[in-house]
Amino acid sequence: MSALQTEGTSTDKTDKKRSDKLGDKNDLRIKAIENGTVIDHITAGQALNVISILGGGENFTNTVSIVMNAGSSRGDKDVVKIEGRELTEKEVNAISLISPKATVNIIRDFEVIEKRKIQTPDYVCGIVRCINPNCITNSEPIESKFAVAADEKVKSLVLRCVFCESVMTEELIQFIE
Amino acid sequence: MRPMHHIISTREYTKEMFDEILELAELLEPIAKGEVKSKLLDGKVLALLFFEPSTRTRMSFETAMIRLGGQIINMGAVEASSIAKGESLSDTIRVVSQYADAVVLRHPREGAALMASEYTSAPIINGGDGAGHHPTQTLLDLYTIKRESRLDHLNIALAGDLKYGRTIHSLCYALSRYHSKINLVSPPELHLPDRIVDDLLKRDIEVNITTNMEDVIEDIDVLYMTRIQKERFPDPAEFNRVSNSMRITKELIQTAKPEMKIMHPLPRVNEISFDVDETSHAAYFKQAFYGVPVRMAILCKVLGMEDQVREGKL
Ligand SMILES: [Zn+2]
Repeated sequence: MSALQTEGTSTDKTDKKRSDKLGDKNDLRIKAIENGTVIDHITAGQALNVISILGGGENFTNTVSIVMNAGSSRGDKDVVKIEGRELTEKEVNAISLISPKATVNIIRDFEVIEKRKIQTPDYVCGIVRCINPNCITNSEPIESKFAVAADEKVKSLVLRCVFCESVMTEELIQFIE
Repeated sequence: MRPMHHIISTREYTKEMFDEILELAELLEPIAKGEVKSKLLDGKVLALLFFEPSTRTRMSFETAMIRLGGQIINMGAVEASSIAKGESLSDTIRVVSQYADAVVLRHPREGAALMASEYTSAPIINGGDGAGHHPTQTLLDLYTIKRESRLDHLNIALAGDLKYGRTIHSLCYALSRYHSKINLVSPPELHLPDRIVDDLLKRDIEVNITTNMEDVIEDIDVLYMTRIQKERFPDPAEFNRVSNSMRITKELIQTAKPEMKIMHPLPRVNEISFDVDETSHAAYFKQAFYGVPVRMAILCKVLGMEDQVREGKL
């Protein structure tokens, strides 16, 4: 059994070892889905946040599989698999903020037709709420807009509101529902 | 058609951009004083959208426009307007910018002017957006320094509330373009935010931080004073102690250079004692006047009349 088959649970030590050896290519092959998206190499612990970005909730009817703390050669990771759905650019951008090393695999007819590393965009629009309650984006019907930069000091992303210049570090990021 | 020119923030202005406006202001000063009559902006309409009161900013824009032969429209009190009925700022801007050739916007929320510039069909001039920017204040501060002292290699002290004062923050960035030496005089609880100090140091600016006015008073060319607000202090006794220690009196400035100038964005409460007004150091009322030629320069710039000003076709 590989990590991806133990859906929703964390793997035990033997599983982890084997999946390390087999690598992530194997993960995807074993978990063959017909059409959909596999988001791999999600920062461990962020899978549920990825789901909430994708609008998980009552209206979410696609089949979703979540693997948390799966082992791979690159260390602990989460994996999220959605059947019958591809991601919008907005969703990919949002995921990049909480999991910059994730990869998106698009599956059609059981084949990985596209595999790409998520790229952190220079700007994110309409995804994140500004932390400053007095920011114009929090009172007007307009899209929020943030410049994304890597902060060397805190080793994570920082968002700077284009409108009010408030700076938010990763842990302060609040996604717009 | 030339691209629309908004005045939203001076944060990223270069020295050349500042100088351009300051030079226009100097050319326009005789008109601001009423010595020369002008019809330069004859037929132009300026809309003043003030979502919070700011008598000085509004009146100096009105004066600037009238002296240049232009006209003004006002939205009146917020309570009586469509805003009170819940109209969004973006809708208001879309409508008003069709009535006027330029719009001055004063708004309590940060980012309002930038947002307005995305919805408008006329140039937007930011007349202050919450704790954000107030570019015409920064420009008039620079102009005052230029006219009353000197801009290059200035030795200036910024004093009072350096933490919350947006005027001070914007002025710091502007002064850094002129290689000023900046002395920061404030009580510890009202220090200039670290990120701004860092930015100044990155721009190779000499920064001196102190809590004591006497440390700097003999060496400086300009003392820029700001008001310390009572609300910043939970303890009234603490406020009294701090505001007294920051107070500028005739006695304090005795050791200053004769040409040292004192500035203040006004209104003052008691940070500068009244006996300072009669000394040659007091420049704060002049500073208020300089708001007029500077705002004239800005109006000429956004309305595309700067070449006429330079060519003396006033
Ligand atoms: Zn903001």
